[in-house]
Amino acid sequence: MTHVKFDRRGLIIGASSMLAAGVSGLVLPAGAQGQVAQGFAPTQSMPGGSNNYQKGAKILERIGKGGFWMSGTVRRAGDGAPLAGQRIQIWAHTVEGQEHEPQSHGATLTDKEGKFRLEMPQIIPLFGQPHGHLAYDSGEFKTVFLRPVMRSAKDKSLEAHFILQPA
Amino acid sequence: MRAKGTLVWAALAAAIAVPLALAATSELIAYRGPVYVIAAFAGMVALGLTLVQPLLIAGILPGVALPRGRRAHLWIGAVLLFAVLIHVGGLWITSPPDMLDALTFTSPTPFSPFGVVAMWAIFAVALLAAFRRRLGMTPRRWRVVHLSLAVVIVIGGVAHAMLVEGTMETLTKAALCALVLAAAIKVIGARVWSTRAKSRA
Repeated sequence: MTHVKFDRRGLIIGASSMLAAGVSGLVLPAGAQGQVAQGFAPTQSMPGGSNNYQKGAKILERIGKGGFWMSGTVRRAGDGAPLAGQRIQIWAHTVEGQEHEPQSHGATLTDKEGKFRLEMPQIIPLFGQPHGHLAYDSGEFKTVFLRPVMRSAKDKSLEAHFILQPA
Repeated sequence: MRAKGTLVWAALAAAIAVPLALAATSELIAYRGPVYVIAAFAGMVALGLTLVQPLLIAGILPGVALPRGRRAHLWIGAVLLFAVLIHVGGLWITSPPDMLDALTFTSPTPFSPFGVVAMWAIFAVALLAAFRRRLGMTPRRWRVVHLSLAVVIVIGGVAHAMLVEGTMETLTKAALCALVLAAAIKVIGARVWSTRAKSRA
């Protein structure tokens, strides 16, 4: 067997490399959060965005007893024109239910300025991160799943923005 | 001497019990199903056992000198493996797609790769511990492999725990992780040093 240099130096190098490899993902995260419009490129689905998605969530005035605001915008790719009347589905782990439970899912429509806002119960960290899920899945444009992460579990609101391209 | 021994045990018990007790008061628990809560606590137990393991194998826990410490290390290793299986299994039941993402390294969460790698390292140690004689592994090679995997387990486990935002209270979690690191550095470092010294002789 080739001689493996197994000493304290090797130990420190090995441990630091492992740590650096893992932490680099924090400093340069893959996956978009809020979009800074650069010619309105279409939003890509975020990893894990479609987890616990349930098609056909009902359009609601409010999910459950409310207390938390999910909001955002829906625009067209290319010219960034606001898209009105688009159905955005929203779900999360909240104080009133887990992600897979039907009562945790709801939908809303964008107004004529392409904005949407839905009140829902306070989001709770699930699987180590306080986050929400949003989906555009109505067929006219390509389906997009977003999974924005809250900066703090104490936040009472979260934003996510869609830029959609034709299906 | 006996007073000192009791003190060491008390400190160890507190180091593990206090973070767990505080976690039990987390308001998140009210909003989680029982399987998820058990999975979370299994993870915390695994973290606590990562502190116990190096102390056992070094024979520095009062009343558990070697070779007793080595035997205990084996049994606690099995418990640690079991705790990790419950942690992963319970999380899988809670949300299969999220766990699948973690296991396939496609999860958006930064702590997942650390946890998954530490998990595989624990599996590897368990398998090698069970079959090393059958594999014809020399004691020296076993020591190199196990110490290397132990480093992976400690770094992975601590990074995983610190990056997760969940039931554990942050300061006591950090304190436990610091102790895990300190114990690992002390014991693994000493063993690496003695391995190197032996190979020079």
